[in-house]
Amino acid sequence: MAAHLKKRVYEEFTKVVQQQQEEIATKKLRLTKPSKSAALHIDLCKATSPADALQYLLQFARKPVEAESVEGVVRILLEHYYKENDPSVRLKIASLLGLLSKTAGFSPDCIMDDAINILQNEKSHQVLAQLLDTLLAIGTKLPENQAIQIRLVDVACKHLTDTSHGVRNKCLQLLGNLGSLEKSVTKDGEGLAVRDVQKIIGDYFSDQDPRVRTAAIKAMLQLHERGLKLHQAIYNQACKLLSDDYEQVRSAAVQLIWVVSQLYPESIVPIPSSNEEIRLVDDAFGKICHMVSDGSWVVRVQAAKLLGSMEQVSSHFLEQTLDKKLMSDLRRKRTAHERAKELYSSGEFSSGRKWGDDAPKEEIDTGAVNLIESGACGAFVHGLEDEMYEVRIAAVEALCMLAQSSPSFAEKCLDFLVDMFNDEIEEVRLQSIHTMRKISNNITLREDQLDTVLAVLEDSSRDIREALHELLCCTNVSTKEGIHLALVELLKNLTKYPTDRDSIWKCLKFLGSRHPTLVLPLVPELLSTHPFFDTAEPDMDDPAYIAVLVLIFNAAKTCPTMPALFSDHTFRHYAYLRDSLSHLVPALRLPGRKLVSSAVSPSIAPHEDPSHQFLQQSLERVYSLQHLDPQGTQELLEFTIRDLQRLGELQSELAGVADFSATYLRCQLLLIKALQEKLWNVAAPLYLKQSDLASAAAKQIMEETYKMEFMYSGVENKQVVIIHHMRLQAKALQLIVTARTTRGVDPLFGMCEKFLQEVDFFQRCFIADLPHLQDSFVDKLLDLMPRLMTSKPVEVVKILQTMLRQSTFLHLPLPEQIHKASATIIEPAGESDNPLRFTSGLVVALDVDATLEHVQDPQSTVKVQVLYPDGQAQMIHPKPADFRNPGPGRHRLITQVYLSHTAWTEPCQVEVRLLLAYNSNSRIPKSPWIEGGEVSPQVETSIEGTIPFSKSVKVYIMPKPARR
Amino acid sequence: MPEIRVTPLGAGQDVGRSCILVSIAGKNVMLDCGMHMGFNDDRRFPDFSYITRNGRLTDFLDCVIISHFHLDHCGALPYFSEMVGYDGPIYMTHPTQAICPILLEDYRKIAVDKKGEANFFTSQMIKDCMKKVVAVHLHQTVQVDDELEIKAYYAGHVLGAAMFQIKVGSESVVYTGDYNMTPDRHLGAAWIDKCRPNLLITESTYATTIRDSKRCRERDFLKKVHEAVERGGKVLIPVFALGRAQELCILLETFWERMNLKAPIYFSTGLTEKANHYYKLFITWTNQKIRKTFVQRNMFEFKHIKAFDRAFADNPGPMVIMPGYCVQGTVGHKILSGQRKLEMEGRQVLEVKMQVEYMSFSAHADAKGIMQLVGQAEPESVLLVHGEAKKMEFLKQKIEQEFRVNCYMPANGETVTLPTSPSIPVGISLGLLKREMAQGLLPDAKKPRLLHGTLIMKDSNFRLVSSEQALKELGLAEHQLRFTCRVHLHDPRKEQETAMRVYSHLKSVLKDHCVQHLPDGSVTVESILIQAAAHSEDPGTKVLLVSWTYQDEELGSYLTSLLKKGLPQASS
Repeated sequence: MAAHLKKRVYEEFTKVVQQQQEEIATKKLRLTKPSKSAALHIDLCKATSPADALQYLLQFARKPVEAESVEGVVRILLEHYYKENDPSVRLKIASLLGLLSKTAGFSPDCIMDDAINILQNEKSHQVLAQLLDTLLAIGTKLPENQAIQIRLVDVACKHLTDTSHGVRNKCLQLLGNLGSLEKSVTKDGEGLAVRDVQKIIGDYFSDQDPRVRTAAIKAMLQLHERGLKLHQAIYNQACKLLSDDYEQVRSAAVQLIWVVSQLYPESIVPIPSSNEEIRLVDDAFGKICHMVSDGSWVVRVQAAKLLGSMEQVSSHFLEQTLDKKLMSDLRRKRTAHERAKELYSSGEFSSGRKWGDDAPKEEIDTGAVNLIESGACGAFVHGLEDEMYEVRIAAVEALCMLAQSSPSFAEKCLDFLVDMFNDEIEEVRLQSIHTMRKISNNITLREDQLDTVLAVLEDSSRDIREALHELLCCTNVSTKEGIHLALVELLKNLTKYPTDRDSIWKCLKFLGSRHPTLVLPLVPELLSTHPFFDTAEPDMDDPAYIAVLVLIFNAAKTCPTMPALFSDHTFRHYAYLRDSLSHLVPALRLPGRKLVSSAVSPSIAPHEDPSHQFLQQSLERVYSLQHLDPQGTQELLEFTIRDLQRLGELQSELAGVADFSATYLRCQLLLIKALQEKLWNVAAPLYLKQSDLASAAAKQIMEETYKMEFMYSGVENKQVVIIHHMRLQAKALQLIVTARTTRGVDPLFGMCEKFLQEVDFFQRCFIADLPHLQDSFVDKLLDLMPRLMTSKPVEVVKILQTMLRQSTFLHLPLPEQIHKASATIIEPAGESDNPLRFTSGLVVALDVDATLEHVQDPQSTVKVQVLYPDGQAQMIHPKPADFRNPGPGRHRLITQVYLSHTAWTEPCQVEVRLLLAYNSNSRIPKSPWIEGGEVSPQVETSIEGTIPFSKSVKVYIMPKPARR
Repeated sequence: MPEIRVTPLGAGQDVGRSCILVSIAGKNVMLDCGMHMGFNDDRRFPDFSYITRNGRLTDFLDCVIISHFHLDHCGALPYFSEMVGYDGPIYMTHPTQAICPILLEDYRKIAVDKKGEANFFTSQMIKDCMKKVVAVHLHQTVQVDDELEIKAYYAGHVLGAAMFQIKVGSESVVYTGDYNMTPDRHLGAAWIDKCRPNLLITESTYATTIRDSKRCRERDFLKKVHEAVERGGKVLIPVFALGRAQELCILLETFWERMNLKAPIYFSTGLTEKANHYYKLFITWTNQKIRKTFVQRNMFEFKHIKAFDRAFADNPGPMVIMPGYCVQGTVGHKILSGQRKLEMEGRQVLEVKMQVEYMSFSAHADAKGIMQLVGQAEPESVLLVHGEAKKMEFLKQKIEQEFRVNCYMPANGETVTLPTSPSIPVGISLGLLKREMAQGLLPDAKKPRLLHGTLIMKDSNFRLVSSEQALKELGLAEHQLRFTCRVHLHDPRKEQETAMRVYSHLKSVLKDHCVQHLPDGSVTVESILIQAAAHSEDPGTKVLLVSWTYQDEELGSYLTSLLKKGLPQASS
């Protein structure tokens, strides 16, 4: 029923909104600023019943209010508030007051008195809570005003004794957000009673309502966030809350304990029931560890996460987290990990064939066994075995962070991480492999551990295997058997999954260059050379053989004795691979050919500086030569664009900057070309069709500007201004061209109006940057704005035309870090001759695998487009879960695209490509007034579109007619 | 004195034949009704004659609760309900209800068909017995009758295993059945809220063991199987309990999937196959992974695992076979116990060339897990069952030490009596409460407050009302009860002056009470009257008459003691 009602309410809203919009549109031509307050007043007076009034208020809340009229609106609302008997209407008014006070440019101190006033007479708890919320909004708006803060805090303290939990909640929130910081204590002399906010909030830790307790802890955390130093006394209070009945209280308490432990890590606390004392951070660590076995998984996740950031904890506490004293019939038993270690150190390889391997040894004293350790014992053992994978992931992350800061802990946690490679959830496995990679600098894998790690190479998930390859890239192996084992397993992997070829080669490259001395004794075996006999020459195209060679050649780089072991054909193969796979095979100092290779390596480093200089210089040249004759300018631009493009291809690190600048120059070039068209000199009616070039140029500039704005990561505001400026010029050009080619004035009216609105919008958005745009198109345009507003379209066009010609070329400042978004589709490869057959009318799933570089927020921007031969285009939004993030700035899209079509007579190719969606609104900050996806007022100016940013791939498909 | 009585008929300091009688607030509940694996005579079933010798069981028991479908928890059920005779409700969870008859039928077959026992329950009896079952959902509060209610919590262990909370009024008992605190591949971990029962009856199979992490176990197992299969060998995995077979199936299946292995896996037909059908259905009872992924694929729809047929035995190539449990005396059992030579029928001697590995995949909570559960539920006392006496002793000591609660471990037939102090709810009239609120400060949880009122007990219903209302309700006239007390005071002055001195003294001492001096020479403090009169014999002594009503007893006695100390001399 409730859902039905809600739906009805929404239905009515949508209707109302549409009407309102029309109204605004019509009004806008006549009135510049309709008085909101007057309309509201009339509405509210008209309202006969509370339900009506509520409706009006709800409608009112959908529209923004300008800063100037807020005050008036507030007065009317307050006036109505006093008269209103219905609490729901009062509630809405109270919430509106809060919203209004958030309006930018409005100072809410004038409504505070009224708000406090009505608070005193209010009886309804809900309205009280809402009013306190409003006060909170006011208070946060005026953070500097001490007097107001103190007054609000007083109000909050007074209402803390309210019987409703909602009111107490809000009071605590208010205290947390506005409670005086310690600075204000100095004001004591003025007679302002500064209360001890922490004490007040602390008293509510034992409130009867769990929601209030939670709010109290949250308020305390809020105080901490605002920079107030919490008292150490809170620690004991918070510890008591850890055994609260309600999970949200416990969860918040864990956070609070963590905060306090970070504030006073070194202070000493006594251990109850003994005379010992320990550091606070250790105690807190123990307590949070205990929460890892809490009954609620929310608390467990929270606790596990926080453990990771407690780096000051002493090492013996840390190591306890991995220790769960094993016991079998009261005899101490060694863990499987300990056994494995022992076997390893005794030199015996684990066979698992011995009976009674895990037989318990020593008898233990029953009194000494402590089943519930007060401390950290086994926290991670529990966390990693938890039922919920969220907890397990949090535990793995925490392990990672702690291991990064403590090498000895890293060594110890290795066994556990390796165990996590066998988790049932792939995410957890992946996470633990990544974690292992991060801490791999600190560790050396034992052979038995390596064995377990390598077993995962057979995993059928490509993500897992690739993550593991990356892990192996930076692993330290201790023995030559280890290297051999790794190689064998990688080759096995290669035969099982041939698609992993590149990844495996890369992995072996690093493995070789890290362990040259371990590879050396293996070389004869690996190359199967024989001291007396010549062996058959291996097949050069065999990926496995190439893999072995990659390992050996990379090891040989730092091991000069190794080439002596090579046979003749190995040298030939080296030469071949050095050419064909130069990124995998390093330059070697081989006996016969010394100097060729050595020349290459030193030349890399100093190379980038001159190219950057070159880039700078060529851009300088363009910007300085503004008043050259048109022909010269065009040529210079053309050459510079060409240079930049070539530079981008050669120097990958400069590709972003070069492309970005080249695009900008191209826009400029197009603009210049368009303005030099002959058509401007011809009388208007004569060239109806010939203006194609100019309008095409305008369109292309627009497209390029969108590309500049949205396809590059690292674009700063100063570039955005220039880009928008360029777009504005393109729009002006478009207007002029249309004005010249169309007859009649009517359509021009609308276009002019729209253009002027856009200029206005530009001014509003970039008001801060306008001083940088001296002498530019928009600068001049704004000077003439009053005149343009009043003049007729024909005149406007004339003015624009002259201005466009006079405007100077703006200098585009180069951003620090700029990268062009790019995508490569790995799969489908587009080489298959076998069409994908499916029954028409049904769907076929096409696996798409692509790597994305420098795409911000790919989850919402990247789309897949499928173009059918009949021109039909289909756009697919991949699920957010389809994006993986293997490294900074890199993303991987692995998704399935569903294709369907009516029957064809023969197979044909469809094109698949990736698009980058953009929305011109996304860069503009939203006003607080518009909340929850309501219709934004800038809707008219927002432009959505897509930019293709990958090469398209052809897929051969064949929808067959359905068989009857 | 109200009390809870617990008598284990089975599973007291023992494993098997679980059957525990609980009397709580006049209600009798039987928890589990299992058989004992170790016996083939009358001892295999609990001794139901303990409950009643000649009366009907139905009259003595309010309900029977079965925690899960293992035979040592439900094996005696048809015997109990059909042969001994019980018609009351039997509660169990849905999966237990579904799988239990399969196991009972299997048990019956082995007992009757294989061992040839007579006087055993029949298939029909199993069916009739199952008709008496009432299925419950997790966390569903079931009202057995007006007062008795039960509630099931998730227990892990096997599919459908549950812990039960039995509650009458404010007294409650939690029975855990068998449970597992560490999640495995197909089941989650046991969980209970902080229900603070009077008594927690917990299993204690692994009372003295703390187990290694399950990951090591799983890894070892998979590695060994994988190695054997890679070498081209065959793997035989005897699995004891139903449920564990599924666990290993899931483990192997996911491993096969992950590693893209092709070798076939077989399990013995019969029980496992039948039960697996239900495992596919009760997805909500499984763990997070299976619940989340069953939409794409039900994990129990095995791709690599098939039912075994004897004809496959000689197939070449690697394979993994999971036969059932190896009963004592079988070839399997001999091999497991380590014999290297087997004497077959016809004097043939076979040498055992296979490797034998032993691994524990038990789904019981270890000592740490038991402690964790006790910590979660926060009971007032703990009772241990389903374990060995010696091990229980150790755990008992630990529980008493850590939680400072009483811990019991009765043997079979031994009764434990627990006195309880149930809280009795009393209704208070709003008027009275509001009046009290108006008088004083807000209620403070830390300080007790005195409140005057009348307690009315009417057919086991308690109410606290103001005395006026009580009088009205009961139709009684109000009687005034007044205390008077004479205090002798040595004071030579006149009566009025004495009264005046008393007045000023009281005024200075009792600052927050209303002290008045009336024109007739008497002094009032609130409603207490004080009059001064000269002593008839000794004019130097004044007699102060203090009179107060029953309601002002506190103030009145305080006043007399104050006046008895005498008046301060320095004044006036």
